[in-house]
Amino acid sequence: MSANTPPKAAPAAANAAPAPRSGRARVTDFLADNGALVGLALVCLVMFIATPTFLTTQNLLNVGVQAAVTAILAFGMTFVIVTAGIDLSVGSVAALSAICAGWAVTSGGMPGWLALLVGPLVGLLAGLVSGAAIAYGKLPAFIATLAMLSVARGLGLVVSGGRPIDMPSAVSWLGGDLGPIPVPILVLAVTALITAFVLNRTVFGRSLYAIGGNEEAARLAGLPVKRTTAAVYALSGLFAGIAGLVLAGRLASAQPQAASGYELDAIAAVVIGGASLSGGVGKASGTLIGALVLAVIRNGLNLLNVTAFWQQVVIGLVIALAVGIDVLRQRR
Amino acid sequence: MGDVVLELVGASKSFAGVPALRDVDLQVRAGEVHVLLGENGAGKSTLIKMIAGVHEPDSGRILVDGKEVRIPDTRSAESLGIATIHQELNLVPTLSVAENLTLGRTPRKHGLVDRAEMRRIAREAVARVGLDVDVDRPVGTLGIARQQLVEIAKALSQNARILILDEPTAALTRTETDVLFGIVRELREAGVAMVFISHHLDEIEEIGDRITVLRDGAYVDTVPGGTGEAELVRLMVGRDITDLYPRRASEAGETLLEVEHLSSAGLFDDITFSVRAGEVVGLAGLVGAGRTEVLRAIAGADRYDSGSVRVGGRGLRRHDVAAAVDAGVGLVPEDRKSSGLVLGASIVDNLGYATLRPTSRIGLEDRKGQRTRGTEVADALRLRRASMDQQVRGLSGGNQQKVVFGRWFMAKSRVLLLDEPTRGVDVGAKVEIYELINTITSNGGAVVLASSELPEVISMSDRVLVMARGRLTGELPAAEATQDAVMSLAVKEVESTRVR
Repeated sequence: MSANTPPKAAPAAANAAPAPRSGRARVTDFLADNGALVGLALVCLVMFIATPTFLTTQNLLNVGVQAAVTAILAFGMTFVIVTAGIDLSVGSVAALSAICAGWAVTSGGMPGWLALLVGPLVGLLAGLVSGAAIAYGKLPAFIATLAMLSVARGLGLVVSGGRPIDMPSAVSWLGGDLGPIPVPILVLAVTALITAFVLNRTVFGRSLYAIGGNEEAARLAGLPVKRTTAAVYALSGLFAGIAGLVLAGRLASAQPQAASGYELDAIAAVVIGGASLSGGVGKASGTLIGALVLAVIRNGLNLLNVTAFWQQVVIGLVIALAVGIDVLRQRR
Repeated sequence: MGDVVLELVGASKSFAGVPALRDVDLQVRAGEVHVLLGENGAGKSTLIKMIAGVHEPDSGRILVDGKEVRIPDTRSAESLGIATIHQELNLVPTLSVAENLTLGRTPRKHGLVDRAEMRRIAREAVARVGLDVDVDRPVGTLGIARQQLVEIAKALSQNARILILDEPTAALTRTETDVLFGIVRELREAGVAMVFISHHLDEIEEIGDRITVLRDGAYVDTVPGGTGEAELVRLMVGRDITDLYPRRASEAGETLLEVEHLSSAGLFDDITFSVRAGEVVGLAGLVGAGRTEVLRAIAGADRYDSGSVRVGGRGLRRHDVAAAVDAGVGLVPEDRKSSGLVLGASIVDNLGYATLRPTSRIGLEDRKGQRTRGTEVADALRLRRASMDQQVRGLSGGNQQKVVFGRWFMAKSRVLLLDEPTRGVDVGAKVEIYELINTITSNGGAVVLASSELPEVISMSDRVLVMARGRLTGELPAAEATQDAVMSLAVKEVESTRVR
């Protein structure tokens, strides 16, 4: 029962300004408030000590490329999680978007550059369907997006006939380089900026925190909760569509089984970045760090020749550790 | 009254360097109802948490039966015979009454649950609190009052001799409160010591044997039960509050809110009234009479079946909060924590939700403007805060309520629908909220004030409408609205339906 009333909310303390903190306390506060960043620095340090190849330009760019798809999915997921929702369909939607984009060009005879629009558009539509089911059909987000996970994966198989589809050069370009910098990293940077901007500056973004914090209060204050909720999943779908194209660009083809299970990495990245599944909390910068933590660990373990099997175990432990630290921090 | 069973001597406690309780003494005797009185933040909850084993005092002693004890956790409190009945009940709603009563010490036979024994224990326990209930019923299907009795039965069945009742009447109707008080009196006869917390001064007069008053974390005085309300308020607040209900009537202007034949099946029927600028119209009635439902329907929060709502002469679309907000209607809901505020968000965010969209440009938040306006409103409301970015979770009840009001001040709403605006707010802050109501009407706003506290609704309203069973049963001008007159209207329909 003490969990309901943390000591810092003690009545007598409520109106008092926080007591001046000593220098050491301030450092502790900074570390605790930026746990994900500290974690990323630690992971990087460990990897650097373990294998010198880690800190080469080439490898760091690799990490960025590896982080890109997860991060883009996770940015979309951040909007959803801030509203206290969840989107399990992003991996499937990413694959479906890429397949539709490829199919439109190869079988539909569209010009190649149009694939760059078709992919995100398909993602947006899939997200909109989930969002409408959640906001207007009152389905739990978990169920609606679980259904979409299956539907989108199935549709991807139907459209592709279960075979990979070649990507037009416009899409393969997404997997290449622009000067010295790989294009996936550029896409990652742009989507990160968009996410931060939307969350911090737009009415839509600010509403998400209110809805996630207390949906009824948001509604009674006149915020359009339903419309916004539907839009959040559409946005997540849009980001999944972009992520699908980046992934297909790197592989130069759209695979019907691509990005399977990526939704879990995306959720993990958001949560490691400090967002709360109960809503109202979450930042673009945190999510970016979360995605980088995952990518650095995968990359480092690869460099150290740790098998993919053990990698899974380590990633799982990292997620538990990150969230565990966060829970302890809240209890302070 | 019997011996002193529980005693605190010079108990102090600080959190993060901020003292919550300083040098407090308390003596509770067997067979007495000892009231703890104080405003929010006075240290009542810290004190009872010490007794319940949630916090340990930094200094000072706790004595049970004259022997000094340490109560490091709730389990040791339990073994000393101390039980706490919290405002939020600690029952599992899906489990049966019997299962709840034996939770944690389920009777066993051959390692399996002994259901017969479980029922026997449960029946005995509920009989002790005079509760007539099927012990196989899930607790969640009982009303809140009976759940509370189950909780008390649970405490007694664990041989509790010292019962801490933390605002037990907050969610009860008057009749339910009477039932509870009957049990409390019986327990008093049986020699149980009770520490009782309530914000209702009339209840304290009715049930309290002795009253210990706390203010700002410090012990003020212990006075006998018969002490008058004015004296209690003076002890709590530390100054005389000359006027508990400082209503200043404003000149009534044009009609701002017109509600016509509003009906919603099963909730309310044919509600018609209007409110003019500068007017406070009270909405009285028993719990469940439909006051909240009417206010929510007007504010667009819920659907209604027929009728119309007009604000400033223009019709309002039904079930559209945004349209109501745009038209200048603001709802201060019954439960600010569950529907008024986003507790984890900052003061500036909470103040700004209603103006977020109207003040935006091309979808972008007017961050600077929102902060400027928010700070102005917070200053005008004398909102006590560390910063505008502070979470509203940490504010006191009165200050939280000011944030909900402030949102509508910022939106320049002209019609305010107040649903129990002073619930869970201490006396000093209550008066401040009444002053806010005066401010609204003197600025040409219209107020509908729904409240179950009769003195409040009678003294703060210019006219009182009375509801019973979803219907308006009468209207009284301020001069004629006495508690008796209001009550006889409030039970009118109820009696006639009973006769039928």
